[in-house]
Amino acid sequence: MDAQPVIAAIRFAQGRRPADPIPADPMAWLDSQLAPGLPGPDLPADLPATLPAIFAAGREDTERVRAGGMGRPNQARIVQTETAAAIALSVGGAQGFRERLVAFWANHLAIQRGRVPLFAGHYVREVIRAHVTGKFEDMLVAMARHPAMLAYLDNNGSIGPNSPAGQRMRRGLNENLAREILELHTVTPAAGYTQEDVTSFARILTGWSFQGQREPYGFVFRANAHEPGPKRLMGRTFPPGQEGGVMALTWLARHEKTHRHLATKLVRHFVADDPPPAAVDRIYGVLRDTGGDLGAATRALVRLPEAWQPPLGKLRNPQDYVIAVLRAVEAPDDIAPRAANFMQNLGQGWWSPPAPIGFPDSGAAWSGPEIMVRRLDWANNISGRGAGRDAAEVAEAVLGPICRPETLRAAARAGSAREALTLVLVSPEFHRR
Amino acid sequence: MTAHLPALGRRSLLLGLGAAITLPRARVAFAQAPGEARFAVVLLRGGLDGLFAVQPYGEPGFGELRGALALPEPGQEGGLLDLGGRFGLHPRMPQLHAMYAANEALLIHAVAGNWRTRSHFDAQDLLESGADQRLNSGWLNRALSAVPARPGAQPNGLAVGADLPLLMRGPTQVGTYSRRGGGAPSPDLMARIAELNHTDPLTGPAIIEGLQARGYAMEALGMDAGARPPPGGAFRTLAQAAGRLLARPDGPRIAAFELTGWDTHAQQVNRLPGPLGQLDDGLAALKEALGDHWRRTAVLVTTEFGRTVRINGTGGTDHGTGGIAFLVGGAVAGGRIGGDWPGLSERTLFQGRDLAPTTDLRSLAKGLLRDHLKLQDQAVARAFPGSDAAAPSGGLLRSG
Repeated sequence: MDAQPVIAAIRFAQGRRPADPIPADPMAWLDSQLAPGLPGPDLPADLPATLPAIFAAGREDTERVRAGGMGRPNQARIVQTETAAAIALSVGGAQGFRERLVAFWANHLAIQRGRVPLFAGHYVREVIRAHVTGKFEDMLVAMARHPAMLAYLDNNGSIGPNSPAGQRMRRGLNENLAREILELHTVTPAAGYTQEDVTSFARILTGWSFQGQREPYGFVFRANAHEPGPKRLMGRTFPPGQEGGVMALTWLARHEKTHRHLATKLVRHFVADDPPPAAVDRIYGVLRDTGGDLGAATRALVRLPEAWQPPLGKLRNPQDYVIAVLRAVEAPDDIAPRAANFMQNLGQGWWSPPAPIGFPDSGAAWSGPEIMVRRLDWANNISGRGAGRDAAEVAEAVLGPICRPETLRAAARAGSAREALTLVLVSPEFHRR
Repeated sequence: MTAHLPALGRRSLLLGLGAAITLPRARVAFAQAPGEARFAVVLLRGGLDGLFAVQPYGEPGFGELRGALALPEPGQEGGLLDLGGRFGLHPRMPQLHAMYAANEALLIHAVAGNWRTRSHFDAQDLLESGADQRLNSGWLNRALSAVPARPGAQPNGLAVGADLPLLMRGPTQVGTYSRRGGGAPSPDLMARIAELNHTDPLTGPAIIEGLQARGYAMEALGMDAGARPPPGGAFRTLAQAAGRLLARPDGPRIAAFELTGWDTHAQQVNRLPGPLGQLDDGLAALKEALGDHWRRTAVLVTTEFGRTVRINGTGGTDHGTGGIAFLVGGAVAGGRIGGDWPGLSERTLFQGRDLAPTTDLRSLAKGLLRDHLKLQDQAVARAFPGSDAAAPSGGLLRSG
């Protein structure tokens, strides 16, 4: 097998299943995953999956608790089913590049599953997945309108102090969402904004909330909680009303510093922990010239020569590692519910970054001694399932020419087939992408 | 992956302690019985550095005393998690931080028991005995003797993990819970794995360090025998499974856990986040598994002593005195830093080196027995004989 198809599968996608076809044109294979119409997670037909249905299920849980019932069965089912379906698409699917993009952007506009269990799956489907090859500004506005983000970063409780609601209730601003959009999602502190800009942006976003008790069961702009009057943000003036917020978000999404930030993160994720400046410039230029077209930026990303040069230096994060191992041993689909536990145990719970900044994206962050040794335990556990499988054949099918002779020798000398497979799964090259 | 499925321990039967957990089909309703409160004790063996977990970053001199162990303030990259100003929680404990934010975690600095020894083993024995000398029974077991047994239900007490700790030993029957096997590679396979990775700049050192932290001696890595079995990163799994048992109407009510890896004399900044994360994961798993019962739950997380205030010459800390206790659970009056902060100035330090104790661990435990488990004064005194000087702490619980 040539190196290029393997690099495409490992660097850009989620690793090979041994029976995966070998694409004759790896670039075309990657491009094809940027086309519209690819499947999303396979959810049971009776799962509450639209916002009205999710809100209804949540209300049912609440009524049950009020009546003395235990637990929130609807919420538990929704979050577990959404999680398992998303993981199953990664473990069993054939569109690993797209799934990597979904994971990347879900981590960029991060929420915590445990904080918004009803909405996490819907958020990733409708805000992230729907826009991974679209315009960044559309993704950003969809984010700021989604109940998951409005609840996670507290904007639903942010009230303009001079709005009718603010005057009546004597409540005020919550800066959380405004601050994180500036600092993490868009321009970053490199843009030199001040605390006054943060506060002012929070005023712009007052009234952005959601309604779960009645129509429209989703985003609402609460005009009576919106701070009246025009507001300044980073030297520009935005009008009052919902439109002012959309304009501010759109302006931030198109800001030069935002494009620089997104380019740096994309290259760090797909090329190297220390992003080569030339590669960052290239992606930055595409974002600038296309007004933040993520599909165009992604097509440019796979055309970076730097991305195809072995050896692959990025350490697979725990989620990537778990998915790649499960693909390599051809784990059955029903592993997905447990795979979330595996990831959690290896330090990276599904949709569960510890803070709005998302999970880190460097080898240093994921090579702590304890989580590294836990990988070994876990890989050995998994290879127990694949006992009898020929480790050399697995190595050839999933690593191809990337597999080092030392690894094959160690596998050949192992005391059992299981141990041989473990050695392949914990070799330095298998830890990389 | 049957190894991930928990197994019910039979050790208590083997030890003649009776009543291993069984899973009776009958579901007995015990709603509002006196035994509805859930209580757990988590022993951190080895001496957790409380000043690393909950850092008084606003304290004058803290940065000088702690050197590399003082993390950036809240809001900075890699910084502490804000606890309302002045104190910050280690960033590897986001779930505990969420509990704090939900007023479910009370963090108490400068806690010590009735001992001033810096020996792990003496201090742990006294902590578990709950007395001025080592006894053959633990305070939690003696407390259990005052909790009424429920006909048809499992024993009230549950020891979680590979050992029956002294804390849970004694006249009262308790159940045990552990998990089978686990997937850890044999020492020989570990040696091969370490060899395969040793030239890699990332995975090589991480694997060696991780194995050392688990107690593999370097020379033992090349041998079949002699290496200590890994203690296992299984706390989360255990906590989850034990939480499910505690949530059952006919299940146990009071559990004891133990967790190792806290004795960080060197490279603490790298080595302590792992165990802290494990503890954090385990507490969150316990909460999740307990479901609605979390609101009736109090968990006491304690350790045999704190560590020296000054960083030592190897980037670690040595055995000290005043330590930290976490009290978490839906029943806890949390969201605050408890106890009296003794300060870090030279003259306030205990023997010029340790955080001076201001809260007696026995007072915390006695407060929980009295107000959470509703034990009578006599029963509390039996659990902690000779502890009149340490009056039960009040105000630990929402309703108490």
